[in-house]
Amino acid sequence: MKSAATIFLAAFLALSASWAAFVLAPQLQLGREPQAKATGTDNLYPVARPGLAKQGAEVYRSLGCVYCHSQQVGQEGVKCEVILTEAGTNASVTLAALAKLNTELGQPQTLAALPKVLMPVADVPTAVPIIKAIAAVGAKAEARVTPVGADISRGWGLRRSVAQDYAYDSPVQPGTRRFGPDLANVGLTKPDVNWHLRHLYAPATEIKGSTMPPYRFLFEKHKRGAKPSPDALQFADEPGFEIVPTDDARALAAYLVSLRADAPLVEAPFTAPTPAAPSTNAPVATNRVASLPYTASELLKLPESSK
Amino acid sequence: MTATSPIPQQHIDCSCRLPLFALFGGAAVWLALSSVFGLVASLKFHAPAMFANCACLSYGRAFPASQLLLVYGFCIPAGLGVGLWLLARLGRVELAKPFLITLGAKLWHLGVLTGFIAILAGENTGHEWLEMPRYASVILFLGFLLMAVWAFVTHTRRSEPALYPSQWFILAALFWFPWIFSSATLLLQCFPVRGMTQAAVAWWFAGNLLNVWLPLVGLAATFYFLPKLAERPLQSHYLALFVFLTLIVAGTSTGIPAGAALPAWMPALSGGAKLLMLVPALALAAVVVLTLRGSTAPCGGGPLCFTKFGAWSLVIATVLLALTACPAISRVTDFTWFSHGRNALVLYGFFAMTMFAAMYFILPRLAGEGSVCPHRVRAQFWLSMLGTLLFAFSLVIGGVLQGLKLVNPAIPFLDVAKSSLMPFRISTLGEALLLVGNLLFLFNVGFALATYYRARCRRVFTDATATLEPAGVKS
Repeated sequence: MKSAATIFLAAFLALSASWAAFVLAPQLQLGREPQAKATGTDNLYPVARPGLAKQGAEVYRSLGCVYCHSQQVGQEGVKCEVILTEAGTNASVTLAALAKLNTELGQPQTLAALPKVLMPVADVPTAVPIIKAIAAVGAKAEARVTPVGADISRGWGLRRSVAQDYAYDSPVQPGTRRFGPDLANVGLTKPDVNWHLRHLYAPATEIKGSTMPPYRFLFEKHKRGAKPSPDALQFADEPGFEIVPTDDARALAAYLVSLRADAPLVEAPFTAPTPAAPSTNAPVATNRVASLPYTASELLKLPESSK
Repeated sequence: MTATSPIPQQHIDCSCRLPLFALFGGAAVWLALSSVFGLVASLKFHAPAMFANCACLSYGRAFPASQLLLVYGFCIPAGLGVGLWLLARLGRVELAKPFLITLGAKLWHLGVLTGFIAILAGENTGHEWLEMPRYASVILFLGFLLMAVWAFVTHTRRSEPALYPSQWFILAALFWFPWIFSSATLLLQCFPVRGMTQAAVAWWFAGNLLNVWLPLVGLAATFYFLPKLAERPLQSHYLALFVFLTLIVAGTSTGIPAGAALPAWMPALSGGAKLLMLVPALALAAVVVLTLRGSTAPCGGGPLCFTKFGAWSLVIATVLLALTACPAISRVTDFTWFSHGRNALVLYGFFAMTMFAAMYFILPRLAGEGSVCPHRVRAQFWLSMLGTLLFAFSLVIGGVLQGLKLVNPAIPFLDVAKSSLMPFRISTLGEALLLVGNLLFLFNVGFALATYYRARCRRVFTDATATLEPAGVKS
């Protein structure tokens, strides 16, 4: 290290390498990623948030919610199973085919009480030839993928978060702390806007012993007059007063309700929990996505920010 | 400015006075204010309903405001001030254009003030460690450039051609900051990239700031003041060079958290870099041990204590960072108070302590003998040391306990949140001690500045009164 030039050269090499890896490469790999399709459907994912929720994202940013709440769900792995959904017309042929996979499955009681979990497998590609072999004899089977992990068990998400989930958020707020619960899917678990408004005003009324600070400055407190406000929240311990949410509070609640990462993707597959007795053979995931509280036109609408 | 006629030490110090007073004075004010806001933010966990009607004192605003004041308000100006003084002293040259550097320092402080007010008003950008909005970033960037350019010019005019290790660290830091800061500001605020790319850029920036820039500047001071105060030569220049190279190569890639929702190779690469950080940490430990071996210089709460404490804090903080490279550990420590505690160890334990030592060494040389009272320095050392230990380690330990519960879904989340309150209370006690220590630091710096200006005023006054008498006689 005899001169400033050597130092600058060393610093330049080190910094340009990390710049290429963590600034340039993500831009090349993710920056222009097109919308994906939710697995098994034609629904594009993700969709841009509705207007009020978009304003709510600004409130979320401005209040620094990210310093206590993360928005990223992790998983430790997936449980993948092959499920027999239909026995086919010829039970003995089906049983013979199943016996080839595993001799214990050759028993007649395998075909009783369908759908039935046949076997755990490593991943979806391993399941495909098995499902094909079963389909070849006229029966039907499908793979069920269940992500596992602490976050999933806490009900914070159906699957891990992936980069695609954040494609239309600016700024992204993945967060690095969980002094409050993860919010990546709070719209799935708590879909009621009024619940969020009451919770923002007085968290302890909705969750006993909550450590979250109340956000009373997002509300206006009036004496209840002759004409009560239609938006007012009612609290038993404040008789005679009405608590009216401001625009910011309504936008924030709309944003929280819009937080949901519930589309199965190629890089993060999952199958929604099977109902006890499914009445249809269609993949369950399709039902799940179709039951989103969006209208069909909203789902097909291309997002505004596509630059 | 030739090697044959060395410039007297006083002239060099005199050229540094104005810019360093501006940098250190502002830094001391911001540091005290940062502790106040940090304490306000922490109190939210003890009494959540406190200030519930005040948006600007909510946790999500008070906390980033205190972080901004700590990093941009205190750490960077203090580091630049010490760096400028080291460049001038080691190069045996007067500081180039002290007036313009002072202007740069004022611009920087204006940028910090703008960013601080903007965050309290809700203009937070949402990217951690880069919270100030675009207009504040531009002011900060211009201020930094103004200081960095003249620092570099000072270096090129040096009369001592041989480079000491501290100079490598400072020069690299002068180059590092404009690159990372402009990259992050341009790609996050001026021409925002899409989706998770933003998070990758923000994490890259934060990793470079915390794990490269601050260590570079702090170690520049450590490698100068540790041997100086211990009255032993630095052991050795080769080890220092090794620390320098491994730090910049590994540290620059450490930003991405293990569980990030990014393509898997990015957290993996970052994990490898975190593990590699063990190398500079151990090399630094070797430098400190070898340099201090056989030293008889008394410690007694003076600048040497600050420097030693700072160096060991960095070693421990870097080892903690390297531990999180192990997936089994990061699974527990991610999303908890752990990272908070580690950051406190870097910012307060290492950087602030090293800077305190440097400033207490430099200030008497600029402001005159007797401007810094050793008793108050000693008092501040004990306050800051105890405060840092309580603050950082209770959060690190509390974070691990919290994480162990967080990964067990059988424990309800509310119980997890409540169980971390006890370590957090201890950490708040540490924060309160730090606040007292930082107020004392502000007093010490203010006292030194006041001493200088009072002496100067007195001189002007005596000169003025002296010239009056003959004038009176004449008429």
